Order: sequence, then structure tokens, then C-alpha cells
Amino acid sequence: MAITKETVEYVTHLARIELEPKELEKLSRQLQGIVEFIDKLSGLNIKDVLPMSHALPINNVLRDDFPRESLPVQKALLNAPAKEGSFFVVPKIIE
Amino acid sequence: MNYEVVIGLEVHLHLKTRTKAFCGCSTEFGKEPNSQVCPVCLGFPGSLPVFNRVALDYAIKVALALNCKVQEYTKFDRKNYFYPDLPKDYQISQFDLPLSRDGFLEINQQGEIKRIGIIRVHIEEDAGKLIHRDEVSLVDFNRAGIPLLEIVSEPELNSAQEAHEYLVTLKSVIEYLDVSDCDMEKGSLRCDANISLRKKGDKLGTKIELKNMNSFKAVKDALDFEIERQAELLDEGKNIIQETRLWDARELKTMPMRTKEEAQDYRYFPEPDLPPFIIERNKIEEIKKGIPELPREKILRFMKDYGLSEYDAKILVFSQRNADYAEKCFKAYSKPDKKPIVNWLVGPALAATSQSRPEISDLNIPPENLVELISFVEKAEISNLSAKLVFTEMIKTGKPAATIISEKNLSQISDSGALNEIIELVIKENPRSASDYKAGKASALMFLVGQAMKKSQGKANPKVVQDILKRRLNDA
Amino acid sequence: MELNTLTAHELIDLLKTKEVTCDRIAASLETRIKGIDSKVKAYVRLDKQKEFKNSGAPKPGSSSLEGIPVSIKDNICTEGYNTECCSNILTGFKPPYDATVIRKLKDAGASILESKTNMDEFAFGSSTENSYFGPTHNPWNLDCVPGGSSGGSAAAVAADEAILALGSDTGGSIRQPASFCSVVGLKPTYGRVSRYGLIAFASSLDQIGPITKDVTDSALLMNVISGYDPFDSTSINVSVPNYRLSLGQDIKGIKIGIPREYFIEGLDREVKIILEEAIRELKNQGVHSQEVSLPHTEYAVPVYYIIATAEASSNLARFDGVQYGFRANEPTRANLIEMYKKTREEGFGEEAKRRIILGTFALSHGYYDAYYLRALKVRTLIKEDFDKVFKDFDCIITPTSPTPAFKIGERMEDPLKMYLSDIYTISSNLAGIPAISVPCGFTKAGLPVGLQILAKPFNEEILFKVAHAYEQRTAWHKMKPKI
Repeated sequence: MAITKETVEYVTHLARIELEPKELEKLSRQLQGIVEFIDKLSGLNIKDVLPMSHALPINNVLRDDFPRESLPVQKALLNAPAKEGSFFVVPKIIE
Repeated sequence: MNYEVVIGLEVHLHLKTRTKAFCGCSTEFGKEPNSQVCPVCLGFPGSLPVFNRVALDYAIKVALALNCKVQEYTKFDRKNYFYPDLPKDYQISQFDLPLSRDGFLEINQQGEIKRIGIIRVHIEEDAGKLIHRDEVSLVDFNRAGIPLLEIVSEPELNSAQEAHEYLVTLKSVIEYLDVSDCDMEKGSLRCDANISLRKKGDKLGTKIELKNMNSFKAVKDALDFEIERQAELLDEGKNIIQETRLWDARELKTMPMRTKEEAQDYRYFPEPDLPPFIIERNKIEEIKKGIPELPREKILRFMKDYGLSEYDAKILVFSQRNADYAEKCFKAYSKPDKKPIVNWLVGPALAATSQSRPEISDLNIPPENLVELISFVEKAEISNLSAKLVFTEMIKTGKPAATIISEKNLSQISDSGALNEIIELVIKENPRSASDYKAGKASALMFLVGQAMKKSQGKANPKVVQDILKRRLNDA
Repeated sequence: MELNTLTAHELIDLLKTKEVTCDRIAASLETRIKGIDSKVKAYVRLDKQKEFKNSGAPKPGSSSLEGIPVSIKDNICTEGYNTECCSNILTGFKPPYDATVIRKLKDAGASILESKTNMDEFAFGSSTENSYFGPTHNPWNLDCVPGGSSGGSAAAVAADEAILALGSDTGGSIRQPASFCSVVGLKPTYGRVSRYGLIAFASSLDQIGPITKDVTDSALLMNVISGYDPFDSTSINVSVPNYRLSLGQDIKGIKIGIPREYFIEGLDREVKIILEEAIRELKNQGVHSQEVSLPHTEYAVPVYYIIATAEASSNLARFDGVQYGFRANEPTRANLIEMYKKTREEGFGEEAKRRIILGTFALSHGYYDAYYLRALKVRTLIKEDFDKVFKDFDCIITPTSPTPAFKIGERMEDPLKMYLSDIYTISSNLAGIPAISVPCGFTKAGLPVGLQILAKPFNEEILFKVAHAYEQRTAWHKMKPKI
């Protein structure tokens, strides 16, 4: 399958990564190579094979509804690049 | 032109667990911003989710109450999108194998029962809260991670009124299950709608999504507005553009969302941090046993067992605590016709409820005491008027009716000896009316009865007064 | 005697007889790091620390690792100590909590080094060249890579700059550097060691594991870090044996499978000869070996690169400049999307961007079925290959890596070639099974070669048993690099 520049642009936007045009081109080429390599899988017969999302077959892992101490506000905000009072701060939202 | 309206509702409901869906942080409302957070619900690197047992039980309970098929195998998926209120920039949700599907909710539309399909009920985590300022937005993650149910209806609602009725009915069912506060103001119940219009028989029209409705009334108003707006456009032969519109509760209109929406590509995939769930038959049976009689059945039973009208039954059953209270009264009242009880409940009792005492049971009157009060009236021991006074006193003091009647000396006077004196006085003071009656003017009698009641401070038994008056004036 | 050259079990014995003190151990390690780390570059942010710091006095009541320093890979959260995954995007990040393994180490009395070991950014790599702090050098040949992504931990242990180290392994990130540096590296069964506090690369593949000077230390460290953790839903409640009891056992009669798909084109000739010699040694000790087949081996690398990058693209979405770490300088009137894109452009290195974009692609609309879902299905086939072999065999033996350590820079421009260096280690992550790499010789150029042993889930004991028996009859693990 061919990876077009448009595909890469679309995917980089989805992933919220800005790329210089030169980088974008290089990446498109490399992705093309990788995708051709992973296309190897398309030849396999996988009819009736169940997908494996977890390494081991466990289920029903649950926790009791008992409260635990939260972080102190200061500690929660300690790493924040921008904060105001008890809030995290982000730039204006325009999509 | 007349159009058929097609509405589907998507309700999001906070489950009232003590802790969040995937961590031990408290879910309490209204705390200092970012004070109920931990590495897990803040999406800190390295943290991992562990699902809350009670949230699962509550979710199954709701699914069953909405007649959904609870799936034997269910799992969480990641819904990937960037937004600052989403700590991990993905939401743990459910995609292709939701907890449950294919249910229904029966609503009452002008005396008819209408069954509205429920496509699915699934579990997800709530996001944080954004506060928008001019240049920046502030983020509070206290709400992030609270367990949320998404309840998606089929597009089978055909008017704003029906949508409103669906929400009211749904809320009543959820409240019966006691799994959510259902408080739209606090955001523990939220509702989005999609709506389209079509000519009868046509294929489905273009769908508009409606958001930002903060009350049931807002949902109804927004839908009504939208129906009118779309109908006008269609009448003019214009096309409806598929978009998301926001309800403006001040301007009372819907407006297209300011932010442009891009085609969503959520890249759902199975959440690798959470193994799947196998929901055993006996687990479902166990939860089923904990589901109380739901409003619909209770209304029917009240009508059948206690002879209530559907109107009265609906009023009483709307809240589970009122319904329980009513039923205790019915049982304490020995006569088969429960009408006097019903009249008291839907009348003075409901009228006495308030914001601080929202339910009849909050009035602090044991059901037996209310029944006793009513029986005093029936036995003519007190007048109806006095009974209302006594009732107010009962709410205030918590004392039984008998005590209040004797303390306030409110017993009805039916003893003709005591009444004769009053009646002689009334005739003496109102000779004109007395002679009018004798001359054949029947209404004069009622005036004299009223005067006697006044003199007795309402304690006289009006029927006895009337009898004595008649006898006295006719004899003379 | 240089204390830093000893193993943990040797030091524990000396501590017991009071021949040494914890302070002397720490001091000798500090001297060594100061002396040679400018060449090896196994640790990061050394220059930023005023002094070489331990986590404080070990808890009283002589626990199993009392006073033993442990070096930690930069992707395992240590409360209050920088944990940056060797990425610009986590610059200055001080976790507000300890990973479960760190808590367990502290409970056992170990001291945690504040400086973390170098790694490929977010564990994306097989050479430790993708680190924001620059590459680590292989102690056996400073021009070569130490392998990766846990190259810092492996190099530190090999160069006697560490006594014990923790690494993480998503597709070979513990075992391949262990083999390149001639130390012992174990990837435990998925779910054996808690992942809570391990900054995720690919959640369904990641495991934390020990990197040590010998098999005994590996067992010792596993005794401390293993076990069920209620904070990790994928950690498994299976009782943990005392792994030291697996050491010193007779291995006669153990059945070993040698997968033919691992001894084909691409396998370095010298590595092949060294491996065959190692297998002969095991046979001398009475094991039965037989060729077996893992027919879907050739698909492991493509399956891995789809699943691992898909999960990574989602796991790394959270690095967006909002709650922690790096945020790009905002131009005036910046909006949110610009902030996200700039932050992630400047914050992530080239390989991280490549993998995030590849993973995003594999999950995106229209490609999910063709790539991601298909990969999950082939993963099932790969696991079933192992199930079949383990019906008749106790373990499987393979080379850890098809080649010895390669030159720094050699594979940087060819991601695909780099990806293929994990070809022998990836399958065990996909299948969730445990695997260990032990030193088994050197090439003529003096580069180490590793022997990989794989077993059934939760059967780390047989790995220790075979690896220890092999180690007892060889001296590879005692060789020291000259730096």
C-alpha cells in the first residue's frame, strides 16, 4: 500500500505533531518502507483466528470502592508548565 | 408543511460510587480544584487504571432496568483525541463490545404507552472541567475519572414533549435504582440530542446534534426551537447542513458551534491496561434481585390494588420515597376505597413539601399518624378546616393528631346542647336572615350556618348546626 | 578489593560478616562512576546533581537487599527524582509517586540511585542512540552501542558502575543490551512484575526486569520485585517462588527445543558458532536438545511494530504540555492546537515521532482492520507456536541477537535494519513468556554474545535453573571490560 504525503499529513495532524516539509518528506519515505515491510502480514490466512489484545488470558480484575488519599493540590500541580491558583492553565481553545 | 420529527437522545450519567472509576479518589462534588486527583486520574506517566467493582454493578443494574441485554463478554477501549480536559488524551470508554445493548424504556404519551428503544448502555470515564477566560482556559481534574454511563436511545422520539417525557421517565427509573444523583445542575446527568425532520414516508433527514442543554426544560426548548428552525428552512426549499449546534439558554435559540469540527477519527482500540470482563449469569441474577419495583409496574399495581387513577398513581410514584410512603398509608387505612388518603397525599401533603423537604416522608409524619388524622375527619371529630391546621402543626412539632387536637381544643362540637346556645345567639343577632329563611329563602340558612361556624371558631360540626337551625326555625 | 566490582550476593555476604559497610559500597560505586562514566555515559543528568545520592538509610530489620545500591532506568518513576525517559518532553519531570518496584526495593532496604540510567527515548530503540542525552557507549568497545533500549543499565552493570540495575523490556530492551554488554538480563512473564510506575511504551508488551552481573543476582532481584500488585490490573495473582532455590540444580534430562527459524540467514556466523558451542556445553550436562519449529517467527517483527507503535501512539498522547514536562514557548496569542503541535514537535525526538506516526496510522480510520486487527490475530498464531513447543519441551534456546554490538551511528539512518536487530527477542513479548539472556562468549573482535532461554509463562524457575547451571561451567560472566 502506498503512503501518500496527504496520508502522512493527516496522521501527523491526528497525532498533533508539527513537521517541517523536509522532515515530512523523509518520514513519508521511511514509512513507505516500513509499511511495505509490515504488509508481509497480508499474505497470511487469519480466518477464524481470534485477536490477542492481552498477553495473558485474565479477566474481571476489579477494585473495591474504598477511597484513598488524593495528592495534595500543590503536589498535583508541582510539574505543571503553567498554573494559576489551583488550576492548570492552557492556551485559548480554538480549533 | 407538516414534518415528521425524529429525535434520539444520548444521556450521560454519573454513577454515585464513593471513588472514581479507575482510582481511589473521592467523587465528592464542589471541592477545591485539583484536590481530588492522583497520578491515575491526572494521567501521570506510569500510572495504571483498576476498575471499580461498584461501578460495574451499578452499570449492570441500570442496563437491566432498561431491559438491555447485558453482554457476557465486555471490554474497555481507548477513544483517542486531544483535549485539555482529557488527562491522558484518550478516554477509557467502550466501543464494539459495550456492557449492554438492545433495551427499551416505556414512556407515557397522552395516556398511551410508547416503547423507546435503547441502543446501548456503556461505561466510560468523565473528563475534567474547563473554565474559559479571554486568553487562556483553566483546567480542574476533580471530575476526571468519575464513572459515567452513556445511554443512547434509538431515534424514536417524535416530539420535544416525548423527549422530555423520556428524560423524566429515565430519571425516575435511575432514582429508583439509587445509582446516580441525576442532578443536571451538578453535571451528574447530561443530555445531548440529535434531531432531523422529514416528510412522512421519506428517508431520514439531515441530522443536527444539539448540545449545551442544562435542564430537561432546556432540552425541550432547544428541540422545539430546532423543529421550527428546520421546518422553516425546509419550507423554503433550503437544505439542512449537518452540524453541531449549541443551545443558548439566555437567547433561547440554537447556534452553530463556533469551533469547526473535523471528521472524527478516534482510533478506538482495546484498552491494554484493563483485561476484559466476563459477566456471569449468576452475577446478573444477583443484581436483578436488587432491582426494586420500577415506576411503570408500580403505577399499574397502585391502580389495580388500591384503585388509584393513573393520574394520581403517576404523581405518587414519580418519587420512590413518596410511593413508599403512600403505600404505607394505604396499608394502615382499613377501608377499601383509598380516595381520602390519595386526596390528602396529592393535596396538602405534596403542597407542604419544599426544597429543603422535597419528599412527603421528609415532613416527619409517620404514615399511621396521617391516616389517624384522616380518620378523625371521617368520624367528624374535627372539621376539615381544623384538620389542615392540625396537619401543619404535626409537621411543625411531630406530635400525633390527637395530642394537637386536645392541646389546641380543636374537637368538633357535635353536641346539640353546646351548639343550641350558639345558635340562639346567631338567630338573635341576625333576625333578618332568620325571617328570610322562614319566608322561603333557602340561601339564608347557609349564611346562618356560616355565622355559627364563625362563633364556634370552626369547631362546630356544620351538619349538626344546619339540622338544629332547620328544626328551630321550622318549629317557630 | 574494589567493592563496585562485586555482585550483590557477594556484598550481602560481606555485609553480614560486617567486613564492609553500606557507605563503603556507595563510595566505591561513586568513585567508579566519577572515574569512567564520562566515557561510558551510562547515567544521565550526573552533572546536574551536586552529589551522588542514595535514597537514604535502609530500613532497619535487615531486609534482603539492605544497603545494596540499585540503578534505575529513566522510565521507572521514582518519587521526587527526575524521571524523564531520556526525552526532552519530560524535562524536569519529578513523579509524585514511586513505581511499585521502587517501593518494593525500598522495603527490601535497597538504596535507589538518584541518577537514572540512559535509554532510547521512551524505550524506542535498540541502541540507546535515541536518547535526548546522547548515546551510551559499550564498555567492551566504546565505539559500539551497548544495545537498547536499556543500554544505560546494561553498560553500567558491565562497567561495574552499578551493582544491580532495573531495565524494561518491550521487544528485547533488557535482553539485547544484556547480550551486547555480557551481563544477565531477564524479561519476566507478562504480569509477573508490576508495571505500575513504568512509563508505558506498549502496555501489552512492557515488563520491568533485572539486569545483573550473574544469574544469582538476577534471582535475588526477582525475589524482591515480583508479585501481584493491586495497582496494576494486568499483574497476575500467581504465587512467587523463592527463585534462589532454582540455583545449583541438576539439569539432566531437561528438554530443550532449538527453533530452526532462528538459525537462518541474517544470523552472524560467529554468533552461530558460539551458540552451538554453548548448546554443546548444556548437552554435556545432560539436557536433551532437539530442533523445533516456530513457524510464524518471520511475522513477529511486523506484528510487533504494528502493535507496539499503535499502543505507543496512544500512551504518548498525554505528553501534550498540559500537566507536566516540557511545553514549547508560546507565541503571543497562541492557541491550543499550536501549543500541542509545537510542544510535541520540539519535545519528541525523531524515532519517537516516527513511531507515534506509524502507530497513529495503524489505528486510523480505514487502516485498523488491515494493520492493527490483523496484527492482533497473527499475535495469536505466534503465541500458539510457543504453546505447541512447550507441550513437549521445558525451554527453548536461541541467540539473543543475530549480531554482536554494532558501531554507533551504523544503523541510525535505516530504521528497518535497526528494527530487525530485535528479531529474536520480540516473540517472547508478543507471547507474554519469560526469557533470559546470559553471556555465552565473545567474538574474535572481543564483542560479547548472549544466549537466550525462553520458557512457559510463570516458569522463570527453569530459566534460572538452566542459566545458572550453564554459568557455573563457564567464566564469561566473570570477564571484565577494560575501559
